[in-house]
Amino acid sequence: MNIHEYQAKELLAKFGIGVPTGYPAMSVEEAVEGAKKLPGPLYVVKAQIHAGGRGKGKFSELPADAKGGVRLAKSIEHVEQDAKDMLGNTLVTVQTGDAGKQVNRLYVTDGVDIAKEYYLSMVIDRETSRVAMIVSTEGGMDIEDVAHNTPEKITTITIDPATGFMPHHGRAVAFALKLEGGLAKEAQKLSKKLYEAFTKLDCAMLEINPLVETEGGELLVLDTKMSFDSNALYRHSDVEEMRDETEEDPMEVEAGKHDLAYIKLDGNIGCMVNGAGLAMATMDIIKLNGAFPANFLDVGGGATTEKVTAAFKIILSDPAVEGILVNIFGGIMKCDIIADGIVAAAKEVNLSVPLVVRLEGTNVQQGKDILANSGLPIIPADDLGDAAKKIVAEVKQGVFA
Amino acid sequence: MSILVDKNTKVITQGMTGNTGTFHTQQALDYGTKMDAGVTPGKGGSEHLGLPQFDTVRQAKEATGATASCIYVPPPFAADAILEAIEAEIELIITITEGVPVMDMVTVKRALTGSKSHLIGPNCPGVLTPEECKIGIMPGSIFKKGSVGVVSRSGTLTYEAVHQTTAVGLGQTTAVGIGGDPVNGTNFIDVLDMFLDDDETKSMIMIGEIGGSAEEEAAEFIKQEAAKGRRKPMVGFIAGRTAPPGRRMGHAGAIVSGGKGGADDKIAAMEDAGIRVASSPSELGTTLDALLKELA
Repeated sequence: MNIHEYQAKELLAKFGIGVPTGYPAMSVEEAVEGAKKLPGPLYVVKAQIHAGGRGKGKFSELPADAKGGVRLAKSIEHVEQDAKDMLGNTLVTVQTGDAGKQVNRLYVTDGVDIAKEYYLSMVIDRETSRVAMIVSTEGGMDIEDVAHNTPEKITTITIDPATGFMPHHGRAVAFALKLEGGLAKEAQKLSKKLYEAFTKLDCAMLEINPLVETEGGELLVLDTKMSFDSNALYRHSDVEEMRDETEEDPMEVEAGKHDLAYIKLDGNIGCMVNGAGLAMATMDIIKLNGAFPANFLDVGGGATTEKVTAAFKIILSDPAVEGILVNIFGGIMKCDIIADGIVAAAKEVNLSVPLVVRLEGTNVQQGKDILANSGLPIIPADDLGDAAKKIVAEVKQGVFA
Repeated sequence: MSILVDKNTKVITQGMTGNTGTFHTQQALDYGTKMDAGVTPGKGGSEHLGLPQFDTVRQAKEATGATASCIYVPPPFAADAILEAIEAEIELIITITEGVPVMDMVTVKRALTGSKSHLIGPNCPGVLTPEECKIGIMPGSIFKKGSVGVVSRSGTLTYEAVHQTTAVGLGQTTAVGIGGDPVNGTNFIDVLDMFLDDDETKSMIMIGEIGGSAEEEAAEFIKQEAAKGRRKPMVGFIAGRTAPPGRRMGHAGAIVSGGKGGADDKIAAMEDAGIRVASSPSELGTTLDALLKELA
């Protein structure tokens, strides 16, 4: 789960981590109110969307030479104007895709005199199964470019969970950032607090880019992105409350309510599969047969009528879908029971596109019979390869008919 | 022979009295697995499915001599259950539970270092040696005793590989689902190493998916072992060639991020290691069968 920058900074501040003072705003009035509470004379108005590249982004509704989603304002009046420019408009960045994202929230912060910019992030490193802290002197840059072009400028420190964050980890961070004296001590304290925040909040990723050294000799988090392990949200109700569903795909949110994993893709063949690996493999085999999947959808272990019905509704809400492939490896679940569920669900949603069903597991023949005798235009398939060929043929036929 | 489990493996279930634990323990009993006891704190002294229940893993182990434990405990308590099994020196801990917080697994992984335990999972379908021992949720009916070792990150794709190798008549020695989480107990390499050592395993199927670099590391291992003359015919498959970058595909670990973990790199690494990569998930069995016939 992702959260907004202002929310991430609120969380970090609770761990004693330095962030510029700022106020979130849902309206132009709130933006002005927020700015009035700041000392000035420099303000920063930042669009809050769940995507990076906001500064260089463009608003679809504004002229091409208009400023982006992060703006420096030199007076309260400018803050007001920037807020009017941004709120309700669509910001297109390298990460949003061409459709962009509507800006519904702003963050008005104190302007900071920047002496130097650094990079610091944390993830769970899969190779070592430990938390890794990644630091670089190249702040404000795209870290993937830095890693590609100048890998020697990136230092990775992994932290043994049995010891936690030790002073030597902090020193390694300070040395990697080439900091000395008071700033080096600041960096040691800061990195320890960040480790605490990361582990206590069950983060999946925490990126600070840039971390800045101010003219006054302070280290401040100027911009940050945080995402959380969704499996651990049950122990962080404060974080869960920060969820902004308007930033997520509405169908993915709906799927989540039914305990389905759904991801929309660009093709025209809807897929319903049990198991994430088999769901990906089903997408792959559709492509091998010359078509493209409309979605990833894992119905999980218990493919019940209720879940299958919800899954059909979600798949069919995508107007691009011209056919559906259901691929269930029943395993311990009996195929006749799954077939009953599919037939009931197809009737309930008045299925109007071709449906190819591949079932495997115990009672497979009874399952096929139920599908064949359902009175519905369901095409049974023998195996995964057969299923993919059949649905691709059905959809192509539809197009040329 | 087989790997990890056989007809003599004595098994306990942690979280046996819940719905999932009850259902799958019964299935394991029906398959002929030597299920000995259950562990449900507070229910010690009672019986469930005709098996004695204990309050702690240590008590269950001491009373039964069990060497393996299967865990169905819900996610918030799963790490604690695994750690209890590690402390009781259970040799093989198989965790089926899906949705264990990754930070919990970081702690568990550390506790495994230097311990006497092997952990399979979490978020996995378990381990099955045909006609001998079934631990976890794999459907026994699709298996056939035979010569293929199957290892996979995905549950239902394990079933595909098993079903297809049964269909072509090869059968399996053991199938191991290592699970789809980013931090798990046992990786491909551990399992492949055991298959290479096992005389009855004549060939292997490894099924990976996008995310992380475990498949590349496994391919490198296979390549190095082959250079030492330790090799077996092997088929591979990677799920997720069509998955968009930056999106988590169901499994917590299945994500292409920062240009890493994509299917193409994994397939290239496998091919470079001499592994025959099946282009379609419906051709795992036939690809292996064809490979074996070429080599014969």
